[in-house]
Amino acid sequence: MTLAEILQSLLFADGGVPLGSGLITGLGHLGVGEPARGDGRIHVLGVVDGVELGVEQAIALSGRVLHIAEIADDAPILMLLDCRAQCKTRRDELLGLNEYLAHLAKALMVADQEGHRTAGLLYGGAAAGALIATGLATSVLVALPGATPEVMDFASMARVTKLSLDALQQKTDSMVAFAPGLGNLVRIGGVCTILRPEQPLASQIAAVLLCTGGGDERDRLGLQRQGRPKAASIARRVAADIVNG
Amino acid sequence: MRRDHPPRPPESLSWFEASARQRIAALVDTDSFAEELGPEQRETSPHLGGFDLPVQFDDGIVVGRAMLGGRPVLIAAQEGRFMGGSIGEVHGAKLTGLLRAAGTLRRDTVILFDTGGVRLQEANAGEVAVAEILRALVAARLAGARVIGLIGGRAGCFGGGSLIAACCSSLVVSEQARIGVSGPEVIESSRGVEEFDSMDRALVWRTMGGKHRYLIGGADHFALDTAASFRAAARRALDQSCQLTLATLRREQTRLETRFAALGSFSDAPAIWAAL
Repeated sequence: MTLAEILQSLLFADGGVPLGSGLITGLGHLGVGEPARGDGRIHVLGVVDGVELGVEQAIALSGRVLHIAEIADDAPILMLLDCRAQCKTRRDELLGLNEYLAHLAKALMVADQEGHRTAGLLYGGAAAGALIATGLATSVLVALPGATPEVMDFASMARVTKLSLDALQQKTDSMVAFAPGLGNLVRIGGVCTILRPEQPLASQIAAVLLCTGGGDERDRLGLQRQGRPKAASIARRVAADIVNG
Repeated sequence: MRRDHPPRPPESLSWFEASARQRIAALVDTDSFAEELGPEQRETSPHLGGFDLPVQFDDGIVVGRAMLGGRPVLIAAQEGRFMGGSIGEVHGAKLTGLLRAAGTLRRDTVILFDTGGVRLQEANAGEVAVAEILRALVAARLAGARVIGLIGGRAGCFGGGSLIAACCSSLVVSEQARIGVSGPEVIESSRGVEEFDSMDRALVWRTMGGKHRYLIGGADHFALDTAASFRAAARRALDQSCQLTLATLRREQTRLETRFAALGSFSDAPAIWAAL
């Protein structure tokens, strides 16, 4: 699905308001009579057009998220994602990009705490720190078919792991925990579900939002889907031993 | 849980040179550390075998309980000497479990970072593990626990690790610390050597080093490269209040906006230091 189709399905008349380079913001609607709490309104933020997430984008987004968090409605926040990785420049690192990205992640989590349920919708690319600070910091991340998440581009991976590009390519077929792509991120538990583009998007998002509010389910999803065999039991054992010890 | 204690390392122990276990032993009150899910449990990475790589019985992180200055804390230490302290499925889950316990008990927690970030051989698992750690960390802070990060190890604190660090209540760094989302090699391979020469040690330190981070407000306490200095700084950090609220984040927003407006046009650290 294109951004225009997604926005249209969320009843955007104006296509969203630009918030800065590669960013949009606006108020959507999940539809009257849908199983949504509140009046169906939803705050929509987007990191779009394949932009890299740098200091400039992160501070604009976190400002918007905090503004929404301070509004006394309980309208949820939906973050649309078609971006690249974090901005890999000397300037962004000099300025402390890690603080800006972490601040955005914290803002999303605190907005949720303040009553604005959060969801991410991945419809294009997203990678590495940019995905951690946005979609993976919402309460539930869903995707549309054709989305292309990855952790790092293969050239950088080859350099850091000191493996050849060929050797890395060979692993992509067999290794869920390693290889880029939407299917693997679903099996790992990072993406909750893949939406159906032929069905109305608004009601599917409303339904997904209704499931949020419990604890972090991702490690259990990763276990059920045979993507992460150990994470759920390890985290549970460590937590239980400390709390009960 | 293990309680066999190695001899306490000297106060002058170099934080940069020390192992994760030496750092813990030197940081906490004598013989107070009790490890959870220690190496005798042999909970190793289920993914490294596929790359014909060796595993480590603790997957490169030590977690447990201890006393620090007479105060009960939870503690985690990454082992930079095992795969660069990278965050894989098991490594990440141990830290997530510790932070979930911190939230339940409202227990202050100290994280000794030494990591290159997500372990690329299990990239998807590591990426989601970082996301789980962040959520557990923020939940622990919202519940009222402090989370103190200490950085000054050989592997620095990069990638997802740098986001975890920036979510802490406060950070202690030494001059040897390096903090960044994209490490020098990643920037160079992505943008070219003109953008960042990863072999230029001086450039690495003045862009990502502990002193620069401290000067721009990215770290709260500065320590010498000794266990005694890190211990003293950690105790100071544990004495500070550190509520995480919407108001805290609003102040943080202003601080980061101000930094971007004032320093966003500079391309090298000396110009920034002159402007501060």
